[in-house]
Amino acid sequence: MKVLRDLFRDYRFCVSSIVLVLILILAFLSLFAPYDPTLWNVVPRDLRPSAQYLLGTDSNGQDIFWQATFAVRNSLIISLIAALVSRVIAILVGMVAGYKGGSTDRVLMFVSDSLLVIPLFLIMVMLAMLVRQNMNLVVLGMLLSFFGWAWDARLIRSMILSLREREFTQTAVLSGTGTVRLVLHEYMPFAMPLIFSTLINNISWAISLEIVLAILGLVNLNIPTLGTMLNWALFYQSIMLQRWWWILTPVALSLCLFIALYWLSVSISEYLDPRTRIQRVGA
Amino acid sequence: MEKLLEVDRLTKVYSLGSMISRTRITATDHVSFYIKPAEIFALAGESGCGKSTTARMILGFEEPTSGAIIHGSKREVGARKVWFTEGVQAIFQDPFSTFNPLTTVDWYFWETVQNYKLAGSKQAAIALIDQKLRGVGLSYEEFSGKYPNEFSGGQLQRISIARALLTDPTLLIADEPVSMVDASLRMAIVNLFKELREQYGVSVLYITHDLATAYYVSDRIAIMFRGNIVEMGAVEQVLMNPRHPYTRLLRESIPEADPKKRWDKPIILAELEHEEYLRHGCKFAGRCPHVTEICKTVPPPDISIDDVLVKCHLYSDHSVQF
Amino acid sequence: MKQTILRTEDLKAYYVLDLHGTQKVVKAVNEVNLEIRENEVYGIAGESGCGKTTLLKTLFGAIEPPLRLMGGRVLYRANGDELDIISLGSEERRRLRWEFISYVPQGSMSVLNPVLQLKESYQDFLASHASGKTKAEAVEIAKQHTIKLGLPRNILEAYPHQLSGGMRQRVTIALATILKPRVIICDEPTTALDVVVQRGVVQLLKDVQRNLENTIVIVTHDMGVQANIADRVGIMYAGKLVEEALTETIFAAPFHPYTRYLIDSLPRFGDKTTRGSVPGSPPSLSNLPSGCPFHPRCPYALNICAEQMPELVNLALSHKVACWLVGEGVYGKAA
Repeated sequence: MKVLRDLFRDYRFCVSSIVLVLILILAFLSLFAPYDPTLWNVVPRDLRPSAQYLLGTDSNGQDIFWQATFAVRNSLIISLIAALVSRVIAILVGMVAGYKGGSTDRVLMFVSDSLLVIPLFLIMVMLAMLVRQNMNLVVLGMLLSFFGWAWDARLIRSMILSLREREFTQTAVLSGTGTVRLVLHEYMPFAMPLIFSTLINNISWAISLEIVLAILGLVNLNIPTLGTMLNWALFYQSIMLQRWWWILTPVALSLCLFIALYWLSVSISEYLDPRTRIQRVGA
Repeated sequence: MEKLLEVDRLTKVYSLGSMISRTRITATDHVSFYIKPAEIFALAGESGCGKSTTARMILGFEEPTSGAIIHGSKREVGARKVWFTEGVQAIFQDPFSTFNPLTTVDWYFWETVQNYKLAGSKQAAIALIDQKLRGVGLSYEEFSGKYPNEFSGGQLQRISIARALLTDPTLLIADEPVSMVDASLRMAIVNLFKELREQYGVSVLYITHDLATAYYVSDRIAIMFRGNIVEMGAVEQVLMNPRHPYTRLLRESIPEADPKKRWDKPIILAELEHEEYLRHGCKFAGRCPHVTEICKTVPPPDISIDDVLVKCHLYSDHSVQF
Repeated sequence: MKQTILRTEDLKAYYVLDLHGTQKVVKAVNEVNLEIRENEVYGIAGESGCGKTTLLKTLFGAIEPPLRLMGGRVLYRANGDELDIISLGSEERRRLRWEFISYVPQGSMSVLNPVLQLKESYQDFLASHASGKTKAEAVEIAKQHTIKLGLPRNILEAYPHQLSGGMRQRVTIALATILKPRVIICDEPTTALDVVVQRGVVQLLKDVQRNLENTIVIVTHDMGVQANIADRVGIMYAGKLVEEALTETIFAAPFHPYTRYLIDSLPRFGDKTTRGSVPGSPPSLSNLPSGCPFHPRCPYALNICAEQMPELVNLALSHKVACWLVGEGVYGKAA
């Protein structure tokens, strides 16, 4: 496809897509894991990496490599849920507030601003403590999404506000187009790069927030995620005891993930930017 | 006499500033005029005189502060109502802003056809679109599937007109349709308006600051200055024999495409235009060569001379000569 | 016979664009030969997209990628020598600019710094170009200059947003002329201005030219303005100069078919008869027709027009045309 070919010219897109594909393969491998990740002492503890245990084993008696596949899979699931749900909320709120204006706009922005102003972290900690017992991937994802839409809603709203004044809005109105169709068809192409890059940023944000919550012990530590792996590694003093293979795995994976996501977001949003798109269109 | 569209004392006041100090700018001040069927009516004036605001109010994109717009038998109508825009359509100044740069131009045509139920089948729709495009000198094949930046400004403006004509409107509101089009291509578009009037009986509200094309194409003209209509009547009368001092100044300041008719007298230029908006009395008093005391305090009345409406104190006494 | 102060030799400047792999070459200035004299106003007219702005940028020496000089020279006669502005070093070019050549770009009412009072903008400018003056002296010079040009006394105290577009345009022109340049290049100085304000700007330019007895090169597509201010007019089409003559000649007896269409399409007061316009559309500068760029729209096109580009030749005294119809006889009588 021409689109992919153009994207692959950008080295950032190439590298990041390779890394992400590898990580996805890793996550997929979790389906073939020989051990149940929630059990302890399935393998001898604290062994260094070897041919049998590729990344060694941890102090809980788990194989780190297979643990990592679950960790990556779960972290991705949580962050995808968080990012997608918060996108939907952000788009709905931003577009309705931007196009309708008036009191609808004021009410929606009040809600959104409150979420921005309230110290997110404290509320999150509080809610996490309340829900901890029933915490699973989906619940955590929804919790994160609740806090992730406010900033982007405002961005989308200001974009809609300026697009509303453009003359092609008037042409569409004169063509008899209804409000919903107008906003979706006319404004979405402009909002796409914004939505896409904030989606990817949101994924990164969700992963990092999950790690923070996990290190604080506020999630269900039995479910392996990148954060819980770090938590366990720190708990068992793996740095001091020089069990580097345990702590390095989640750290390295997280870093790769963050950089790859960032490069992906930047290269795609540059490609989708209306200013460069207009140059390419019809060329 | 039948009136296709009537505007009755349309006023729009903008309030600027904070809660502490607000300035009120009257963008249009009790503007009244009417347009007959099959007539080209020009609304002319410099930037900031309120002509575009008037157009936006007629189309419903702006709420008037007071006054009425009468079309058919209904008062105060707006663009959001389908039956109004079936009979009244508009084209705008910048052809490249009129269309979404990221959508193909034909999308607006399909939308119009669908929303106004203009054709029964896809074949019929294409036939209708093709017919309208040929009317402006283009064809369906060279237009279908293309984006706005693949056309020139002149072509795009003509496409915009074709879209406006899809619903067979009786009134076309053209807001500065040729100011962004090159001088060599203007005539093609302006001649289209003439053709619309002669062949299809469509009226055009031609909003412009270019008096030369206004003279060429329109039947009647209203000159606006800082929100007021200062002179209105048949274009031959108003532009060839201007009575209001502002119309005279405008007429004299148009650069004629003739090297023998160069300007010889220098002119005085007002400094801060927004002060003129805030004047009591006649807004032109600051630079009028015939200003008198009454002009500065009392707003001038509308006086009818030879079927031309002039808003000026000079004509309120019967024997004033120039 | 006035001296030539600016001339170009076979000037070629193209934009070379690289969009995601495909290369696009826009031939904005395609072998242009100009000869502009001292103490005259030379107008360049043409549609948008014909290359006029690029030509001006080249004349001013402002050639930055993606614009590239493909050939030719731009020569200024300064102090008796002929200098090629493009091959000068950046320091010499900087000195040449503003003191000898001055450029008023399109939309220049927006170039003033919105957070500075005008006098501060002037100060910055003078400081870099007229050394040896204190700030107070610089402001005084600026003040005298603006008063002499008929602008309000205290205009330098104002901020740009307090002035209208026309007033800002006049101030920018005043700024461009403060160092008494010998050549002033203006790009569409009156577009987007109201008719009355436009007259003020044209008046200003005429006054400046009369006082300094220098050269003004003005680019505008508004033929009315050309008629009012220019001594000679050059018509540009698709990157080429197709006709050049005294203003009176261009309006009374144009030769090139494009010029004839242009002049015929201008509306005149007192005459409501239907006028035609140029048929078709201007060509894309990246995809020019072969031979003469106007031939697809020309009603008098000959076979040779599609094959070879005509040269700019002398039709009469002070009248040059680039058209194969020169010497073809009285085609004009039939039109």
